Amino acid sequence: MSYEAKFKVWRGDDGAGELTDYTVEVNEGEVVLDIIHRLQATQAPDLAVRWNCKAGKCGSCSAEINGMPRLMCMTRMSTFTEDETITVTPIRTFPVIRDLVTDVSFNYEKARQIPSFDPGDVKPGEFRMQQEDVERSQEFRKCIECYLCQNVCHVIRDHEENKPEFAGPRFLMRIAELEMHPADQADRREIAAKDHGLGFCNITKCCTEVCPEHIKITDNALIPMKERVVGRKYDPVVWLGTKLGIVKKGQDTPSA
Amino acid sequence: MTEIERHAYDVVVIGAGGAGLRAAIEARLQGKKTAIISKSLFGKAHTVMAEGGAAAAMGNVNPNDNWQVHFRDTMRGGKFMNSWRMAELHAKEAPERIWELEHWGALFDRTKDGKISQRNFGGHEYPRLAHVGDRTGLELIRTAQQKIVALQQEDHAEHGDYEARLKVWAETTVTRLLKDGDRICGAFAYVRETGKFVVFEAPSVVLATGGIGKAFKVTSNSWEYTGDGHALALLAGATLLNMEFVQFHPTGMVWPPSVKGILVTESVRGDRGVLKNSEGRRFMFDYVPEVFKNQYATTEEEGDRWYDDPDNNKRPPELLPRDEVARAINSEVKAGRGSPHGGVFLTVVDRMPGGAAEIVRRLPSMHHQFKELADVDITKEPMEVGPTCHYVMGGVEVDPDTGAAKVPGLFAAGEVSGGMHGSNRLGGNSLSDLLVFGRRAGLGASEYIDALPERPSVPESEIEAAVAEALAPFEREDGENPYAVHAELQQTMNDLVGIIRKEAELQQAIEALGKLRERVAHVGVTPVAVGDDGRGYHPGWHLSLDLRNMMLVSEAVAKAALERQESRGGHTRDDYPQMSAEWRKVNLVCSLAGDPSSPHVELKRQPMTPMREDLLGLFETDELKKYLTAEELPADVAAEADATAGGAAVDDEEGEQ
Repeated sequence: MSYEAKFKVWRGDDGAGELTDYTVEVNEGEVVLDIIHRLQATQAPDLAVRWNCKAGKCGSCSAEINGMPRLMCMTRMSTFTEDETITVTPIRTFPVIRDLVTDVSFNYEKARQIPSFDPGDVKPGEFRMQQEDVERSQEFRKCIECYLCQNVCHVIRDHEENKPEFAGPRFLMRIAELEMHPADQADRREIAAKDHGLGFCNITKCCTEVCPEHIKITDNALIPMKERVVGRKYDPVVWLGTKLGIVKKGQDTPSA
Repeated sequence: MTEIERHAYDVVVIGAGGAGLRAAIEARLQGKKTAIISKSLFGKAHTVMAEGGAAAAMGNVNPNDNWQVHFRDTMRGGKFMNSWRMAELHAKEAPERIWELEHWGALFDRTKDGKISQRNFGGHEYPRLAHVGDRTGLELIRTAQQKIVALQQEDHAEHGDYEARLKVWAETTVTRLLKDGDRICGAFAYVRETGKFVVFEAPSVVLATGGIGKAFKVTSNSWEYTGDGHALALLAGATLLNMEFVQFHPTGMVWPPSVKGILVTESVRGDRGVLKNSEGRRFMFDYVPEVFKNQYATTEEEGDRWYDDPDNNKRPPELLPRDEVARAINSEVKAGRGSPHGGVFLTVVDRMPGGAAEIVRRLPSMHHQFKELADVDITKEPMEVGPTCHYVMGGVEVDPDTGAAKVPGLFAAGEVSGGMHGSNRLGGNSLSDLLVFGRRAGLGASEYIDALPERPSVPESEIEAAVAEALAPFEREDGENPYAVHAELQQTMNDLVGIIRKEAELQQAIEALGKLRERVAHVGVTPVAVGDDGRGYHPGWHLSLDLRNMMLVSEAVAKAALERQESRGGHTRDDYPQMSAEWRKVNLVCSLAGDPSSPHVELKRQPMTPMREDLLGLFETDELKKYLTAEELPADVAAEADATAGGAAVDDEEGEQ
C-alpha cells in the first residue's frame, strides 16, 4: 500500500527561504505530519516543525497544505491522489522562525489584554449553573488555540497594520465566551469594539471554515457579540430606562 | 565563549502542564518571583490529552461519596503500594482544587441541580469524575493558563510589566539542574527557537515534566514525554521510586499504524461501552481477579442494570482498574481472539438510550478522532483497541506533604513524582493529582525559600559542564542519526520491558540498553543551514539531548522490573504471576552511581512506611488480609489472620487463561 509521494516543503528563516522538493514514502493511514516526520528522520534532520500530541487536541502543528490552513496531524494522505504534489508552507499571518515554525506571540499578547473571568462574590463550590446555560461558552472553550482562524482572517492576513487594533477571531470569541459565561460579572462589550476591533469583522466566516474543532465562531460568537455591543449602545428601552433612572447602567470593564 | 543569558527567580517550575501551572500559580500567590519553563508553547502541554475527568469526592451525584471512599478506591487501584499519605491528602483536597478551578472560570458539565456533574470511571465506587465532555484536560490546562494570565494582569496593573513576577518561558528546554554544594541553585536551559543558552539562578526548582512514554514505541504520550524530570532528578542526586510500575492503558487505537497508541478514553466504558472479542463475547467477565470478586457483576444483565441503578447492582467488569483490563485484552489477542488489526472490539453501538445522537454528545472527541483518523463512525461500528503505554506510576521520591525530593531545593509534582498511585493509577486520579500536589509543591518550594538563610550561587564549573554537554552532539562529526537510535530504544523497551515481562527478556533488555547507551553517547548532528550558530529550532539536536534522559529512565524501569519478583498493577511478571504481600512492603529506589560522566542506575530496597492505624481502619479486615502480611495487620486482626492463611502470597488469578 505504500508509494512515493512528491512534496514541496518551505525551508528557510525569517530572512529568506524557498520551496524544497522531496520524494518520500507514504504508507496506509498516514497523515501529513507523519510524512514530515519521515523527512526529519531520513532526509532532513533539521527540518523545523512544531507539533505535540499528534491527535488533533493541542493545536500545535498548524500549516498551510496546498494553500489550505490545516492541522498537519489531522490531514490524511488519503485525501490526496498518489500523483499529486503536496505543498506544505508555514501559516502566513505570523512571522516565520524557521521552516514550518512561526512566531505566534501575537496571540499571547492579545490574550493578556482581555479582562479575565470575574466571579464576583461567589465563593468556590457555591456556583449553581444549568447545563444549557454553560453550553454556549463550553463550545468556545473547545478551542485548541491552533490559531488557524487568526491565520485565515483577512483583517490581519493581508493587513499587518491592523494587528494592533484587532484581536482576531480567537480572542473576540474569548470575549464572547466570558460575556456568555453564566457566572461572570464583568462587562466587556465596550472594549470588544473599542480596543479589540470587533467592528473589523465582516462575517465572511473564513474562521469558522478552518476551525478543526468545528466551532461556529462567526454564528455563535462573533455575530451575537456584535448584537450585544450594539444593544449596549443603542437599545432604546435601556436608553429610556437610564434616562428615567429605572435602569442602572453597569460599569464597563477596561482592557487589562 | 558561548553567550549565555542569566535570569534570577525564586522558584523555577519546569513543565507547563497541570502540575507545573498549579505549582507556579501557588508560588506566585506566595509572593515568589516565578518562572515556568515549557518545552512547548504555553497551553499545549500533554495535560490537554486527558479526556475522562478529574476525580474528586464532591458527592454531587452520589451523596455517599466522601474522601474515605476515594482513599480506599485509590489504595485498591494501586494494590496498596501507594504512599498512603499522598493518597490521603489527594482524596481530602481534590474537591477544593476542583471548586477552585471553577472559581477561576472553568465550565464543567452540570448536574440537574446545577452542581458540577460527576461520571463513573474504572475503579471508582461512585460517580466521581468532574468532566467537560471528553476534553477535561483541555479545560484544566486552559483554566490554569487563564489564571496565570489573570495574575500577570494584576502584576501589569501594579508594576506595569506582565512578567514582573510570573513569566512563561515557552519552547525552552532544561538540560541540567545546577547545584551549589548539595543544594539546588538553578537550572541550565536552551531556548528552542534560537538555540541560545539560559542560566536560571534559583534556590528552588519544581519538576513537573510529566512522564516517560516516548521511551516506548506504542504510546499515548506526546513527544515531550522523554523522562526529562526523572533524569534531571537522578543526575542531581535525587532518587526515583518504583520505576517498574508503568501503566499500559487498555484502550489505545490500533489502526491505522500511524495513530497506533493514541488514547481512546475510559469514558467510553464508563458510558456503557463494552469490550468484545472476535467471537462476540464480552470477555471481561472471564477476567475478574479474586481481590475484586465481590465488587463486580457476574452477568451481563447485572452489569447493564448498574448504569441506571448502581445502588442495587454491581458494576460491569469493563470498569476494572486499567492494569486488569490491559492484561485481559493482551490475553485475548494472544489466544487468537483479537480483531483484524491485533486489538479487540470496543463498542457503544446500540448501547445508549439516546442512540447515535447521545453517543456524539457524550463522546464528541472520540467520535471526531475515529472519524478523522480511522474513517470509523463509532455510532455504527465498533472501535478496535489495544494496550498502549500511558503513564508511569514510578517517579521522583518526594515528601508527601511538600513535594520535596531528597536534594534540598528540589521539588516534584504530577506524573514525574512517585508514590501517589502505587502500582497502578486509577483513571481520573491524575488530573486531581496535578492540582493537589502541584499546589503543595509550589507551597513547599516557597516555604523552603523562606527558611533559607542565604541564597545559593551558581558555580561557573556547573555552567561550563552543562554547555559542553549540550554542544557535544555538534562535535561528533561521524555521529549516528539520533532518530535511528531513538527508534531502536523504543523497540527494545516495547518488546522486552512491555506489558508482560520475563526474567530472561529483562536481562536481554538491560544488555541491549548497555549497547544503546554507547550509541546514545555518540549521536551527532550538523548545524542548520540558516541562523547565527546553527542551533535555531533544530529538532535533531533536541532529540540528541532528550535521548540521554530516555536512556536513564529506560535503565531504571528495566532494572526495577527485573528486581521485583511479583506481579502487581503496572508490573506483570510472567514468571512470577502472583502478588506477594512480602514484596508489597518493598519500595525499589533508583539512584545514580559510578563515574559521573557515564553514571549507571543503582537499585536499593527500602521498606514501605506502615499505614496509619486510622487509615487501616477504613478497610474491612478480609480485604486487608489480601494485601498485607500478618505483622502489618492491626493487632486484633493479626491474631485472627495468623490462625488462617498467614497472610503471605495472594492468588491474583492473573488472566485466568
